[in-house]
Amino acid sequence: MEFLDSISGKFNYWVYIVLMMIGLYAMISKNNLIKKLIGMSIFQTAIILFYVSIGVKDGATIPILRHDQVHHTHATEYHHEITEHTSTTVTHSTAAKEKHTESGPDEISINPDDFANPLPHVLMLTAIVVGVSTLGVGLAVTQKIYREFGSIEENEIIKKITSDQ
Amino acid sequence: MIWEFDLIILIFLVITAIISLQVRDLLSAAMIFGIYSFLMCLLWAEMAAVDVAFTEAAVGAGVSTVFLIATVFRTSRRSSD
Repeated sequence: MEFLDSISGKFNYWVYIVLMMIGLYAMISKNNLIKKLIGMSIFQTAIILFYVSIGVKDGATIPILRHDQVHHTHATEYHHEITEHTSTTVTHSTAAKEKHTESGPDEISINPDDFANPLPHVLMLTAIVVGVSTLGVGLAVTQKIYREFGSIEENEIIKKITSDQ
Repeated sequence: MIWEFDLIILIFLVITAIISLQVRDLLSAAMIFGIYSFLMCLLWAEMAAVDVAFTEAAVGAGVSTVFLIATVFRTSRRSSD
């Protein structure tokens, strides 16, 4: 039973290992250069899957504040600003201060456990863009190789290189 | 995170990854890789990573599929494995 729990509870991590190994296998053993690049992309997305799986929490929602939560935070920030500037603009600030006294710092209830961890998401945003640019460079090199050797199969390219020498 | 969705999407993900590497027509391989990227995008949205989800949909599924199809049309469509 514990074994089954370790599979179902951490299914993301098992699949990330499987996808990573599929990508590695394709990069090593496929002869076609485009197939190799597809394997590389699968490898990259597997790593992104691992990192995003770290940020998941049980019962958590997307890491965006609701409107009322944002309003409360702004109100308190404004409140602090007002208290700092009281010495300079007395008449204006006292009115604003009284207006915002009801929403004090005690009323903010932003619990970090309610939101998924956004730090791995931001890191993986960069990784996706880098992955696409590596794929683009790899495909450009593939087109160059096809123009030079007339083939995108690795064994045929190696045969042509060795026969030229 | 809804674990039923998680399970179904992850199983389809492995299936599409294997098919896109096994199919011999490179254009179909590129299209099935596009399906793989869209399934990944669904998985990010389901795992509460919406910013990663729409970047994957635009950049991963859109641009990389276009790159692959352009390369397939400029080179050969057949693959030996």
